[in-house]
Amino acid sequence: MNETLATLHRRCFLEQAACGLGSVALARLMADESAHASPAPPLGSAAGAHFPARAKNVIFLFMAGAPSQYDLFEPKPKMQRLHGQPVPPSFLEGLSDSLIRGSARIWASPRQFQQYGECGMNFSDYLPHLATCADDLCMIRTMHTDVSNHDPAQLLMQCGVPRFGMPSMGSWVTYGLGSESQNLPGFIVLLSNNGPGDIAGTALWESAFLPATHRGVTFRSQGDPILHLGNLDGVTRADQRQRLDVINDLNRLRQRQQPDPEIGARIESYELAFRMQAAAPELVDFSQESRHTLSDYGIGNEKSDTFARNCLLARRMVERGVRFVQLYHYTWDDHSDLNAKLKENTDKTDQPAAALIQDLKQRGLLDDTLVIWGGEFGRTPMNEVRRGTSPGKEGRDHHPFAFTMLLAGGGVKGGQVFGRTDDIGYHPVEFPVHVHDLQATILHLLGMDHTRLTFRHQGRDHRLTDVAGEVVEQILG
Amino acid sequence: MWRFVPQTLMLTLLGTIAIAAEPHWAFRELRRPVPPIVTANGLPADGPRNSIDAFIRVRLSMEKLVPSPPADRSTLVRRTTLELIGLPPSPDEVEEFLAETRPDAFERLVDRLQASPQSGERWARSWLDLCHYGDSDGHLTDQLRPVAWRYRDWVTRMWNDNLPFDQFTLRQLAGDLLVPPGQTDPLDVILGTGFLRQTLSNREGGADLEEYRVAQVVDRTSMIGAIWLGLTVGCARCHDHKYDPLSQAEFFQLYSYFDNADEVNIDAPVPGEAADYVRARAEYDRRRQAILEPVHAELDELQRRWEANCLHAAAHPGQDHVWDRQWELLGLIWGGNLGEGQLEGCAIVRRPWPNRTRRQQQDLLDYFLGRGSIVDEKRFAELKLSAVQKQLADLKAEFPRAFPTRAPVIQTALNPRQTYLHERGDFRSRGTDVTAGTPGWLPSSPEQDQTRLSLARWLVSPQNPLTGRVTVNRLWQEFFGRGLVATSDDFGTRGDPPSHPELLDWLASEFVGGGWDVKRIQRIIVCSATYRQSSRPREDLMSVDPDNVWLARQASLRISAEAVRDSALQVSGLLSTKFGGPSVYPPQHERVTMEAFGSNVWKASAGEDRFRRGLYTFIQRTSPFAQSIIFDAPVPLDVCTRRDRSNSPLQALTLLNDPVFAELAEGLAGRIVREAGPADEDRIPFAIRLCLGRTAEPAEVERLQQFLADCRRRDTSRCWTNLASVLLNLHEFITRD
Repeated sequence: MNETLATLHRRCFLEQAACGLGSVALARLMADESAHASPAPPLGSAAGAHFPARAKNVIFLFMAGAPSQYDLFEPKPKMQRLHGQPVPPSFLEGLSDSLIRGSARIWASPRQFQQYGECGMNFSDYLPHLATCADDLCMIRTMHTDVSNHDPAQLLMQCGVPRFGMPSMGSWVTYGLGSESQNLPGFIVLLSNNGPGDIAGTALWESAFLPATHRGVTFRSQGDPILHLGNLDGVTRADQRQRLDVINDLNRLRQRQQPDPEIGARIESYELAFRMQAAAPELVDFSQESRHTLSDYGIGNEKSDTFARNCLLARRMVERGVRFVQLYHYTWDDHSDLNAKLKENTDKTDQPAAALIQDLKQRGLLDDTLVIWGGEFGRTPMNEVRRGTSPGKEGRDHHPFAFTMLLAGGGVKGGQVFGRTDDIGYHPVEFPVHVHDLQATILHLLGMDHTRLTFRHQGRDHRLTDVAGEVVEQILG
Repeated sequence: MWRFVPQTLMLTLLGTIAIAAEPHWAFRELRRPVPPIVTANGLPADGPRNSIDAFIRVRLSMEKLVPSPPADRSTLVRRTTLELIGLPPSPDEVEEFLAETRPDAFERLVDRLQASPQSGERWARSWLDLCHYGDSDGHLTDQLRPVAWRYRDWVTRMWNDNLPFDQFTLRQLAGDLLVPPGQTDPLDVILGTGFLRQTLSNREGGADLEEYRVAQVVDRTSMIGAIWLGLTVGCARCHDHKYDPLSQAEFFQLYSYFDNADEVNIDAPVPGEAADYVRARAEYDRRRQAILEPVHAELDELQRRWEANCLHAAAHPGQDHVWDRQWELLGLIWGGNLGEGQLEGCAIVRRPWPNRTRRQQQDLLDYFLGRGSIVDEKRFAELKLSAVQKQLADLKAEFPRAFPTRAPVIQTALNPRQTYLHERGDFRSRGTDVTAGTPGWLPSSPEQDQTRLSLARWLVSPQNPLTGRVTVNRLWQEFFGRGLVATSDDFGTRGDPPSHPELLDWLASEFVGGGWDVKRIQRIIVCSATYRQSSRPREDLMSVDPDNVWLARQASLRISAEAVRDSALQVSGLLSTKFGGPSVYPPQHERVTMEAFGSNVWKASAGEDRFRRGLYTFIQRTSPFAQSIIFDAPVPLDVCTRRDRSNSPLQALTLLNDPVFAELAEGLAGRIVREAGPADEDRIPFAIRLCLGRTAEPAEVERLQQFLADCRRRDTSRCWTNLASVLLNLHEFITRD
């Protein structure tokens, strides 16, 4: 080896020691900031927080398709009396939602409810496990949204507007706070992969106008965790290292001709890719988890296995510094045969979600980790009639005016039911919480002011909460 | 025509103190500045070559900066080739250029590249970013649009024909209203309206039909704003624009141009279909008539009842959920997975029977036979209408020639709507009626009767100060990685001011005054000394001009997502040169499509369709081709005027481990072994020349020899494939310097 190559190898070592994803992202971020001439000081590291954070990480269990609040969380005795009758007109005044059908009738939930925990939080018999977390949960009953079709409502929940083209919450958060992991992306998306489902696709984890490094990276609990993460057949880790070494060396030689900092960034990307190749399989390798943990989550149980693996992965990710973990489970879109279908989904998700909260708590991670459970809207108090009805196979339509979400950890006060809806749960009557309010609160818990986490694009300072949002102070611990 | 009201006057009228406020720079009349005179002053750079250099160098000297020397010729040929046709030059093409001694060698190179049909394949893609072209509906069900490619091919062909930009504009916004000039194929005019068909369609059960139609009209209006005017007009949907003078009423005046533009697909025979389809169709119609004859009268009566019930439900929602659903379904599923105009079925039902075309009658009848039995199940059974339906389907199958390839276009609404202002942007809150018109603070349109065609004419009238500036700025951006106005989608008061205002206006004047000739502007840009200078970063510039605003050097730019794969296809020798046609499915992991709705499948194409240019890759909106997204192709949901150029570990993983690139590395290895001499000393320099378009450096050869030696110690069979893969992973391979 001649002198040239020897020097190169020494430099290689130094570069590896000095740089991780954070710095690459930061460098790009700073570059973009200057390109957009934003007056705001550059964010992009934990130093970018506006005030002390209560939570460091977020795990968002997104129940796509919209689970029924009436059959899980909201016992409504009055509905038993109104069962089979039209919705009293007073509830419908001034509403112009396209899904309201005059011919729909109140359908009282056939579920049994019971109070749990010291706080006496209500859960139906479909959620026996989450019920045991009652004292750690904050149940918001008065969530409301602006739209009643799945993908606009999912976009509103994730990106702040019911349209395409805005960055996802996870992108905003990693943009604001950076990533703590040197080996893994800061924003990871986990899908249940239940086949066809009501989910709006990759737009939900897009970085849009934020730098592309903040796009959510989809991850799988089985097979190759990240697209193209595994080496090609027959290529060993040593082979790959050898290949990387020659690529990096040739890139460095090029850098002498063309001293472009982007070449340094390219070398770093390759090194990070190589580290991810090791870190990601370690992350998805559950062999060091106790049998007890695995069974708590419901891994190995045919119904819950997929979601359970994702929940356990989520815990392992926050342990390793991943900032924002977004799970999607679908589909809860029970227009018909709700009793049976809802049971299927709760069988798949109830135990893993509860195990996640308990596991985080037991490991002392729940204080730093905000866990969110919920869908894009709720379901109607009426039986669905759009597609006709058959007795015993009732379902519920989409309902944007009031629905329930759960929060745990991350500085949220547990054991609390927040907000109250009317007798049939049609509208909030006390403490309505708009999706933007929830988003403002999530950012607040992470130490960021939702009005100041902005990005200049097309002449306007955009933010996750669009032009609205109030932090829900009452639910903070 | 100049109806500009100076802000001073308006303020006076309002009784406020008059301030001598200049109108915002972008709204000022376009005047052609005289290029300054500069001379080569003994600097290492070559002298100025055209007016661009004059403007650039005057600014540079104000900043006390000197331009860079010209790029070396192998860099220049690679840069220009990648830019103009989206592919790297072959070693022969590089050789030829290096050997060329004529003084106009570069201009000849540019001529050759601009004349190549591959330039259309490269530049169509930039236009498709703007109109967010896709091969599916978007939204939840994201159904396929199997004939969307007709518009994509139209853009490519028009580029290759160098259709002037004003004509290009007219045909896209109003091709259906234009009389095709002279010998022009009418299809070449109307297919341009496919531009307006790139909006998304929502076919999710429960979606409000009018809500999503309005969303499409808003999208079209916003596209006009972003693409021609460089303005964020969408902001004014709910309220007067906060920063620019656009009022909410003016937004809805623009919106009004598109409120009566309806989606429809037409028979648009491709070459080979045109010859006998008319004859086949006549025969088909005759046979169809014969099948229907026996039930004709009763069928008519049933269909009329069904239509009446549907129309009643449409006018009185909530009365009867069964008929509500019938009406909703008609709007949701009409032409689904065929990419037909979603609301055409509803429009036909609303249209009086005598006014319906034969095609409309047939399509609606076919729909009714399949979906309308609810009107009278008993009669349907007695008349054996399901058997009739089957006979018709069989007949259709028997006459494929009667059904040429369709194409998405726009037509004037069958049932015109009165546009009104949407209070707070909500279409359910009806405000005052609005008629079509252009914003009052820009030069007005001379035409009395305002149609889409008058809007298009107004956009490309020489008096419009924005279209020229916005368009040349986007062209400039493609060649330097940054526009003269960095915010290429926002020329409003919140956008960046131009770095070189006079150059921008000079280029815009050349463009507008020179017949809207896009290729001519490109040629002026690439032939400038500014374009041809070296991109080597300079220490003296790092602190004073880190963003290279003053252009004392060229920029090094990572090539586009499509060019990354296309380049690998090219050097591997596998690239198919097949032009146009239906979109193709290069191999990718099934998990990519599963990340969306999940019912769409990605079945990899066979044969040469595996190796087509990225332009032809099928674009499923909710789960676009992963390699494209990883390399920053836009997600086609919204206008994109400039792409990000990120540098991420996922890109590294793709080039290292994606089986697609492994396959291309194998192809490349095959070429190295076949086409170069047997010795490593022949093959390595050959491979570098092939991939990077330049001579290998000794240190590079040495390092690759060492790599080969290491490989051979392990396994001799794959050494050249490994080496080929290394080359495809180099920063330089995916960069144009």
